[in-house]
Amino acid sequence: MTRPQFIRLLEGPQTLGGGPLFWGAAVVVLLGAIAYPLLADGYTVGNTVYFFTWTFMALGLCLIWGYGGTLSFGQTAFFGLSGYAYGVLTLNFGSAYGFTLFALIASLVCTALFAAVLGYFLYFGRISGVFLGIVTLSVTLVFERFMSQTAGPEWHIGVARLNGFNGMSGMPPLTLPWFGGSIVLFPDVGLYYLVLAMLVLTYLGLRILVNSKFGNVLVAIRENPERAEMLGYDVRKYQLAAFVIGAVLAGLSGTLYTSWGQYITPSSMSITAAALPIVWVAVGGRGDLTATLVGTLVVLSAFQSLTIYGSQYALVVMGLLLVTTVLIAPEGLIVTVAKFAMRARQRSKEAS
Amino acid sequence: MDFLSSLFGFVYQCGDAFAFLVLAACGLAVIFGMMGVINLAHGEFIMCGAYVTVTTARAGLPLPLAILCGGLAAGAVGLVVERLVIRQLYDRPMDTIVATWGLSLIATQGTLIVLGSSVQGVGVPLGSFTVGAYSYSTYRLVLIASALAILAGLYLGFNKTRFGILARATIQLPHMAEALGVDTKFVYSMTFALGAALAGLVGGLYAPTMTIVPTMGSTFIMEAFVTVVVGGADVFLGTSPAAAVLGVVKAAMTSWQGQLFGQIGLLIAVIIVIRVLPKGISGFILRERG
Repeated sequence: MTRPQFIRLLEGPQTLGGGPLFWGAAVVVLLGAIAYPLLADGYTVGNTVYFFTWTFMALGLCLIWGYGGTLSFGQTAFFGLSGYAYGVLTLNFGSAYGFTLFALIASLVCTALFAAVLGYFLYFGRISGVFLGIVTLSVTLVFERFMSQTAGPEWHIGVARLNGFNGMSGMPPLTLPWFGGSIVLFPDVGLYYLVLAMLVLTYLGLRILVNSKFGNVLVAIRENPERAEMLGYDVRKYQLAAFVIGAVLAGLSGTLYTSWGQYITPSSMSITAAALPIVWVAVGGRGDLTATLVGTLVVLSAFQSLTIYGSQYALVVMGLLLVTTVLIAPEGLIVTVAKFAMRARQRSKEAS
Repeated sequence: MDFLSSLFGFVYQCGDAFAFLVLAACGLAVIFGMMGVINLAHGEFIMCGAYVTVTTARAGLPLPLAILCGGLAAGAVGLVVERLVIRQLYDRPMDTIVATWGLSLIATQGTLIVLGSSVQGVGVPLGSFTVGAYSYSTYRLVLIASALAILAGLYLGFNKTRFGILARATIQLPHMAEALGVDTKFVYSMTFALGAALAGLVGGLYAPTMTIVPTMGSTFIMEAFVTVVVGGADVFLGTSPAAAVLGVVKAAMTSWQGQLFGQIGLLIAVIIVIRVLPKGISGFILRERG
């Protein structure tokens, strides 16, 4: 039986997990996720969507950092850019005729263009990994400061006021045109299924991407850029492509977040906000998509339950978590545990 | 006379921007140049210095001594941080960034929890003087002088003292230095502590001019990053010319369009510089020379 190539690429050397056991578990989890809104009330479902919106950014960072080996601190800049773009477009043109979907795509295109220009200067300047991090972080901070000072009425695009530190609000949520009236996706069951579908597609798509030739070259570059270059690959192009894909995923998070809460503020790009994606990806395990996805959801829910005691306490815990992960399990907690379990299984197999 | 006074105004602004960039960057540049480690908690060392300075100054210590206390306190914290965290990560520079960022989160939020959202500052000392139609703060001249003094001190320290020579030997060829009996671990931890102490000193110097809040470190780090990236790995051949060039850019943009555009100008300058000179100004100078 021959399967089409993209199905075969779902499993490969670059991703953990595979075989009937893994996919069976994945299907069970997915079925649980589909059944979930039947068991929970609308508010809780809306809250879960909030978690899901962040996972795209984490997966994008996983691609740039874990697979590409270049550390970008600018994910929240793309998040904010995309969110603001969505806000400006929908406040100006409303939500009729499915325009919000166009705004979603347009905001992602904006982000991709910005990331491509920035990435061109960074990767084609061949700057080292450490500098890439601090330049992207500087971009984020300047972007935040710029948006924070746009409080005056002179700062507007069309009818959309940028509103400085308080941010923009009141943009329409994503709206699907449908026969007999549009479906407005408030943070509820409808948005939940849309975001869940997007998440599944993104996750599977990224698995295919990293196991394809592109992904293998990207990992080769991470392991040894000189060797990859000697083998004839243009290191800069591959890294730039990964950077842009990661940025677009961060942008998707930003747009979904803006549509979810109907607001976006500059503080979503602050240095604290910029640290959070790093925490999720590092703690889960940057080297693997599944670990990143699971880690992000776990850390996010832990963070939210800690926030009850005050967000500053939660952030201290996040900082501690990050430092201990880097010191004790540099590959990430979930990856370390998974590898340990696999080794143990192998050993018991050999023993029997 | 009118022309002269506005010329003075511009020179003063450039000097002020230069001093800010040098001071913001020096601690970071020492640590990066010597150890290849980017310390993202740099801003928090500055914050630590500022807090200690303000506290001791309000307790009655004269300001210069209080600033010195700020530097020493930050240096001591740096020593501890190096021992507990940085030392484990010397062969993993990327992870050092991540770990120091974690430290920075802990420090900012911890300060917020323990000391509240702001503490009462101390006033700007030394008053002001007038040139032409404008008046200028005298303390800013002190800051410019301090920036030059710190650069001179670092130059003498790294070129004329025994520790400086051992430190430079350690950077150039760590294994050789170790084989010749240099305690490289000691050199690294002293260098990190020196960088942290410089950051604390800077926090102390700027404490009278700023509101003292837990997030004040982030006011400095963007400028510090930018200067270090443009300058490259060498403190003297890199940081000071980078600060001079960027200082002019920043002052010009600021007087033209305001504070924020000063920062945007800096950022654009940096992105262009890394495209043209990936190793920074010091890399360019060293290549020309070598």
